[in-house]
Amino acid sequence: MKHLISVQDLRRVDTFHILDTALELDRVTNGGNKLLPTLRGRTVVNLFYEDSTRTRISFERAAKRLSADVIHFSAKGSSVSKGESLKDTALTLNAMGADMIVVRHSSPGAAHRLAHAGWLDASVLNAGDGRHEHPTQALGDAFTIRAHLRPGAMDFDGLTIGIVGDVLHSRVARSNIFLLASLGARVVVIGPPTLLPVGMAGWPCEVGYSLDARLPELDAIMMLRVQQERMNGTFFPSELEYSRSFGLNRARAQVLPEHAIVMHPGPMNRGIEITAEVADGPRSVITEQVANGLKVRMACMYLLIGGEASAA
Amino acid sequence: MTKPLSAGTTPHSETGSRVVADPDDISRALRRLAHQVVENVKDVSNVVMMGIPTRGVPLAARLAKNISEIEGVSIPVGSLDVTLFRDDLRMRPSKALEHTHIPPVGINGKIVILVDDVLFSGRTIRAALDALNEYGRPAVVQLAVLVDRGHRELPIRADYVGKNLPTSLSEKVLVQISEIDSVDQVVILSGEDST
Repeated sequence: MKHLISVQDLRRVDTFHILDTALELDRVTNGGNKLLPTLRGRTVVNLFYEDSTRTRISFERAAKRLSADVIHFSAKGSSVSKGESLKDTALTLNAMGADMIVVRHSSPGAAHRLAHAGWLDASVLNAGDGRHEHPTQALGDAFTIRAHLRPGAMDFDGLTIGIVGDVLHSRVARSNIFLLASLGARVVVIGPPTLLPVGMAGWPCEVGYSLDARLPELDAIMMLRVQQERMNGTFFPSELEYSRSFGLNRARAQVLPEHAIVMHPGPMNRGIEITAEVADGPRSVITEQVANGLKVRMACMYLLIGGEASAA
Repeated sequence: MTKPLSAGTTPHSETGSRVVADPDDISRALRRLAHQVVENVKDVSNVVMMGIPTRGVPLAARLAKNISEIEGVSIPVGSLDVTLFRDDLRMRPSKALEHTHIPPVGINGKIVILVDDVLFSGRTIRAALDALNEYGRPAVVQLAVLVDRGHRELPIRADYVGKNLPTSLSEKVLVQISEIDSVDQVVILSGEDST
């Protein structure tokens, strides 16, 4: 594996290999507190065309835990704002000798283009491309689900996972649906029809429009952020109404099975898709998701560029 | 391995492999090593055995058991995966990580005995010393190996050697341990056999 662009490129065995590697890396670094020499002398470029503080610092920290050099290249205040194309940026980074490009872009397919256009010798790690995918977030979520509901297991057979809210704009949802389904979980997508993409029939998930009806069967519930910055159409009447139908509050959390975990990819809109009480409650694994995201990013970096030099 | 191994010790032949140590040889060697450790180390209760995966781990457990039987103290056993610390990582595809386990007593101030199956270039042991550094500061670090096959690339030597085995670089030394391979033996594969 040279690039990680989409979870759909991962077989079940690859995914668990990444999760096991993440587990072992976490153990070896004592929860990320120790520095490993593994990627010493390697250069990881964070190429961010969209703002994302949490994803960027997670990748940065993952690379630094493994002793890689990290260069941050953000579109704002760089040659990109002067009109440089993706291709020219890639050629420049290649000439500078990057071993890995972590790319976040607003256009679906940007990461794939970067990886396969022949501009680069480096590995490409997709950190979110438009509405398409965000594979390391989904891998971190799978890590979290496994840790809580299936420790050590090599499949998610028999688990039911609900993904609630704005699936239309969410690459996190897309990656999670395909990844969790590939591991054997039953995925139920729940939201207002206006926020579910057209053509979901081919996706490996069930669709529900009533959150209350589905709550008792969910082993894990993943609340998606209402992406106010992308709400340039009319998708629902008001935030209050959204919250009444699809927000996770205490009453709803009590209907979940005893063992169920509550997830959110962050950043949260407290009071809209999830109440503060539930977000900070005992079932919430939201901060663990952040920690686990770091672990799987270290694992992906080790597996993609830890070995034999990928550059010709 | 695709070819069946010949049973018993056979003279070196063109056609593949010869067994150079059988289960009795291995068990005798490990008993001797245990006695050497006891003789050499003043305070056996301060010893921690750290096996290097894969086959160093069961060897460490056996050695610890032998020492316990001689001295009547139980010896903590751990495992230390050195993959992330290797200097030749970039020369092969990234490898799956093995389990690292530091015994609850830790390694600070302990007499740590690293255990591996074969001592060859010494690079694994160099990486192991770096890895140990991450977990604490042992009072003493020693090395026990079942087989020393020579061809060192670094100034590293073993404190306890089960069997010195002069080899040529084209040969491969294969240690099989019953916990993993369902048989105890040491085999030399001649050059033509290796891929």
